[in-house]
Amino acid sequence: MRIPILKLHNYLLISIQTEIDDQTAIQFQEDLLDKIHKSGASGVVIDLTSVEIIDSFIAKVLGDVVSMSDLMGAKVVLTGIQPAVAMTLIDLGIHLKNVPTALDLEQGLIKLQQELGV
Amino acid sequence: MEPQSCVNIHKEWDIVGARQLGREMAKNLGFGTVDQARIATAVSELARNIYLYAEQGQVCFEIIDSIERRGLCMMAIDSGPGIADIGQVMQDGFTTSGGLGAGLPGVKRLMDEFDIRSEVGEGTKIIATKWIR
Repeated sequence: MRIPILKLHNYLLISIQTEIDDQTAIQFQEDLLDKIHKSGASGVVIDLTSVEIIDSFIAKVLGDVVSMSDLMGAKVVLTGIQPAVAMTLIDLGIHLKNVPTALDLEQGLIKLQQELGV
Repeated sequence: MEPQSCVNIHKEWDIVGARQLGREMAKNLGFGTVDQARIATAVSELARNIYLYAEQGQVCFEIIDSIERRGLCMMAIDSGPGIADIGQVMQDGFTTSGGLGAGLPGVKRLMDEFDIRSEVGEGTKIIATKWIR
């Protein structure tokens, strides 16, 4: 199972639409960093609108991929986190501080433009 | 507890199978979407603990339907190495696997009732229940 990564101008767009298992999450981390490297993208939006559950492992992978991309020089914004997922993450004690988020894809792209100063 | 459905955990994909079953049962019982997510996440954490630390075990579910209240009870059992210091693993931020350390205290917060028993060399048994409000 591979999560598709789309390129749009200077950005990479990802919409996670499947139930993510650990292996898929790790593979996605590698694929995204590789794609950033090859495409020279400066911004990434990961849309989580269809994701119904984020447990501590998936949260760690997502948080890590934001930091890793940041090290490479690309900004990542997570968008569309569902109310139930947000409540569950806080119950779990996971705050994902320092991870840029936005309500939806549109807001996410605006946020990227602001962060990148374009 | 008399489990009605069980999922054997011995490969990584079983974590997904267990949380899908947990969510499905929660949905059928009439839990709202937030509690469905809480239950599915709790199952995921417990199943992952089994996979990471005990290699194999079981997650079982039981529907509790009495006159006073209804709920979903889950039981995670393994015969892995066991936990020497339960107080330590129930502290926020404690981890031996390099994870976020959200595991067991997180599960306790997600559920309404939580009980853990463990013997070193024997295994671990965790029972957690969520009630329908």
